[in-house]
Amino acid sequence: MKAHLLYAGRDFDFAAELPANHADLIQDLELGTVLQTMAARDKFLLDISTRVMLASLDDPDDIRYRQQILADCIAEPEIIRQMYGIALGALQDKRGVWGYWASQRPTGILSGAVGQLEVLVVRLRELRQLADDQAGKFRSAGLVTLLQSLQRDLDDEYLDTVSSHLRQLRFRGGELISARLGRDNSGIDFVLRSGITRRGWKERVGIEPRSVYSFSIAPRDDAGAQALEAIADRGINLVANAAAQSADHVSSYFTMLRAELGFYVGCLNLHAALAARNQPLTFPVVEPASPPTFSCADLRDASLALRTDRVVGNDVDADGKSLVVITGANSGGKSTFLRSAGLAQLMMQCGMFVTASAVRASVCRQVFTHFIREEDPNMVSGRLDEELKRMSAIADQIGPGSLILFNESFAATNEREGSEIARQVVRALLEAGMKVFFVTHQFDFADSFRRQRPGDALFLRAPRQPDGRRTFKLEVADPLPTSYGQDIYYRIGGWLPDRDGIRPAEAD
Amino acid sequence: MTTSRTSQIPAFTSLLGGAAGPPAPQDQPDQAVVADLHLDQIVQAVAGHREEAELISGLLYQQVRDVEIVRYRHEVFRDLQDPGLFQVAVRFAEQMREARDHLSQLAEMRSQQQREGWFLDAASIYCDAVRTLSADLAGWPVSSRGLLTFRHYLAGYVGSPGFGRLARDTADRKADLAGLTYQVRIKGLRVEVTRYDGVPDYSKEIEQTFERFQQGAVKDYLVKYRSWPGMNHVGAQIVDFVARLFPEEFGRLDAYCREHAGFIDDSIRQFDRELQFYLAYLDYIRPIAAAGLAFCYPELSADSKQIAASDTFDLALAAKLTARSDPVVTNDLELSGSERVIVVSGPNQGGKTTFARTFGQLHQLACTGCPVPGSSARLFVYDQIFTHFEREEDLADLAGKLESDLVRIQKALLAATKDSIVIMNEIFTSTTVSDARFLGEQVLAKVIELDLLCVYVTFIDELASLGPTVVSMTSTIVPENPAERTYKVVRRPADGLAYALAIARRNRVTYEQLTQRLADQARPSR
Repeated sequence: MKAHLLYAGRDFDFAAELPANHADLIQDLELGTVLQTMAARDKFLLDISTRVMLASLDDPDDIRYRQQILADCIAEPEIIRQMYGIALGALQDKRGVWGYWASQRPTGILSGAVGQLEVLVVRLRELRQLADDQAGKFRSAGLVTLLQSLQRDLDDEYLDTVSSHLRQLRFRGGELISARLGRDNSGIDFVLRSGITRRGWKERVGIEPRSVYSFSIAPRDDAGAQALEAIADRGINLVANAAAQSADHVSSYFTMLRAELGFYVGCLNLHAALAARNQPLTFPVVEPASPPTFSCADLRDASLALRTDRVVGNDVDADGKSLVVITGANSGGKSTFLRSAGLAQLMMQCGMFVTASAVRASVCRQVFTHFIREEDPNMVSGRLDEELKRMSAIADQIGPGSLILFNESFAATNEREGSEIARQVVRALLEAGMKVFFVTHQFDFADSFRRQRPGDALFLRAPRQPDGRRTFKLEVADPLPTSYGQDIYYRIGGWLPDRDGIRPAEAD
Repeated sequence: MTTSRTSQIPAFTSLLGGAAGPPAPQDQPDQAVVADLHLDQIVQAVAGHREEAELISGLLYQQVRDVEIVRYRHEVFRDLQDPGLFQVAVRFAEQMREARDHLSQLAEMRSQQQREGWFLDAASIYCDAVRTLSADLAGWPVSSRGLLTFRHYLAGYVGSPGFGRLARDTADRKADLAGLTYQVRIKGLRVEVTRYDGVPDYSKEIEQTFERFQQGAVKDYLVKYRSWPGMNHVGAQIVDFVARLFPEEFGRLDAYCREHAGFIDDSIRQFDRELQFYLAYLDYIRPIAAAGLAFCYPELSADSKQIAASDTFDLALAAKLTARSDPVVTNDLELSGSERVIVVSGPNQGGKTTFARTFGQLHQLACTGCPVPGSSARLFVYDQIFTHFEREEDLADLAGKLESDLVRIQKALLAATKDSIVIMNEIFTSTTVSDARFLGEQVLAKVIELDLLCVYVTFIDELASLGPTVVSMTSTIVPENPAERTYKVVRRPADGLAYALAIARRNRVTYEQLTQRLADQARPSR
């Protein structure tokens, strides 16, 4: 039995390593907010969402397979959440029965395995019932197939057979064990003694009633049962393998089902959160890798949209462009646009919707980010060296047809040298068939590409209003040779309150 | 606490000098400063996992402006630098920690018998720790005021009748309990507890009974048992019954616990806590000193800004480098006369940032009474350090990076007094060169006006020649190989050299190198 909700015909590999650049992507694109929203404070959903989102698909058919399932989910969110609840419930029930599994005690293994199978069977019956009730509600290939397999593989006869086996597996013995007092007066030096329910022994203790003290563990007291088993276990081993292995198989099915559904539940959480903030949501149109396609209407930074109401959408048509250079005012929305583009690409390539009224984009093999960073906390190298090391690490991973986003990269040296490095890096990447988005204040660098590659490069600029304030909405415009640090300096009033010597008139 | 202290035991107040107790929060530096100077790394490494981490970090972040207290701590450090005495102190601290761990766990123990057993064990450890320390310390030549006072106190305490009774009772109760054996019988969820009545070991019988089922080699499911993992409510119930089966032994234990509650002497406890500060710091610097780097007791002045340090280094970095046997480069610095500002420029990755950190660390560490990196140091008793190192872009701050930079600098410059220290590291990189130069000039003009001690790291060479109070220092390179750095920062005019492309080449990301690499990359995968 398989879930197969993330790929048609195969499992998602949740144990796979995250791509080597995952930490950079999460940090640079502020993916944390999106993932946290998907997770809704659930660590498991956070992990699943992270893994699925970062394991980008690059086959348009695979993407559409998920888009169709997700569309079903958005249409019938309650059924999906119910199904997820059953899988989650199964695993939680299992843990409830099963606290001592990890301690690897033989009697625990046996009674735990039986207890686990009992609760899992209850959940299997619920799942079958759901499949019976909801079979007609879905259109996507993935969900239709899943419900059919539940009805076929969990028929009544099979479920009854399992239950009768479980009833036979319940039994318990009795043990006599000697002990001494440890440093905290708890038992040590346990030795199993012979004499299970021997009449002679009972008679002997019967003669001295005050020498026997007894008590019983409450039936639902798992910890108590665990403690008894810990004392009793020494002589008991290798009894419970078959039951434990069967229980493992069933719970691994629920684990996979929960994980794959978990991604869609995460998407539903995100969808609801963004919808509540009145963000435009649409499934992007997936285009093949070539020719380079990227066009959007009202594209917003999904992560930012979850944190603030001041979100501006951008309309960009970069179809046929391999290089997009974004220049202009500080605080002008450059980084936000860069993130929105990277985020939209990642969301598209995991099968998700995007925050825009329309997006059409070619798939890329992988998304990379190279953002300005705080000083390397390990201090092994200086800032420029650290930036170039990261660039070098990207070069080790990047394959043709990847998208790479630069944010103020190579600015840790002066403008002349920084521009030269940026020029060399970008030229090499473009010639190797990559797509590049580059936010920069380095006029020298930006302008040289404007002069050299007017055809396949698009230049966007964060504009400044006549009153000096910024709009955050990008325009198609060539780079300008100024920046705005002095403006800000005067606007905040210099180093108040002593303003002498820093008035605008004297600054020039 | 009911201690057995008698009136003739001489008093002991504090190993830290001055008033005892943790430093006040207002004496703690700003979190951004802590991160910028990597003080957090130092403090984390020194205090980290230790039981008294909070006290130790408090003291390491503290700014003692009383030079007398600093001297008092220097004396204790000097005594404890004797490896033999250090070992004595460490052994004592370990035992005390174990005893305190025991006691702190009592609150979570619901079983009276467990509590009492554990309490007895704690007392046993404590008695041993105190007697051992007293004996060791008696024969040791110590000279600090802190340790001399304590030694005197300790001798009086160990000789007191109260301590004698504690030690004797503890040994007797231990012997009582070691002699008892009992047995439990488990049937389903029912448990019976009796005195052990001599029934033989059952495991042999079981082995023989099931031997016939053995089918040859299979995966080994025999569970490996370690020591008993503490007591749960079942264990508690059992030991409660054991206590009823052996009422005399447990009655005596109960009386013992009542009599000796609060057996740890207040002054010894305080000594032990404060000792952690010294041990932790010495532990931290020992491998660094062993690698040949110097530590010294700095001379502090609240009046003179003419500071100097020789062979000094970034302590956090040195800890990492020496841990993997990498060499550490040391630097000298000096400001004399009216000099106040060090502008550090020069090739990237040449140790500029490290130099800036070193300057800040030196001052902070000096004000804690700890030995500081360097063969000698003369430092200023400042009131506050302000730092500004480049931050990661924070999306939450929509004002934008440059604006937030400027606002933070504005705040710092407004809050600074003439006794403050300002350390800035390559700010304004998110703007153009001309903007960066303009803003750098504005910052330094204000710094000079306020007469602040300042280190300013920049790639704008022009800032190094802003006047007589400004000293230019530069990172240096190996002339034959511009990509190789010495990490040495020396006093000399800014020379305008930056070697960015050399670093690019070393990282194999020049146009030619990158093109080649991407071509190689594409070949095997598709």
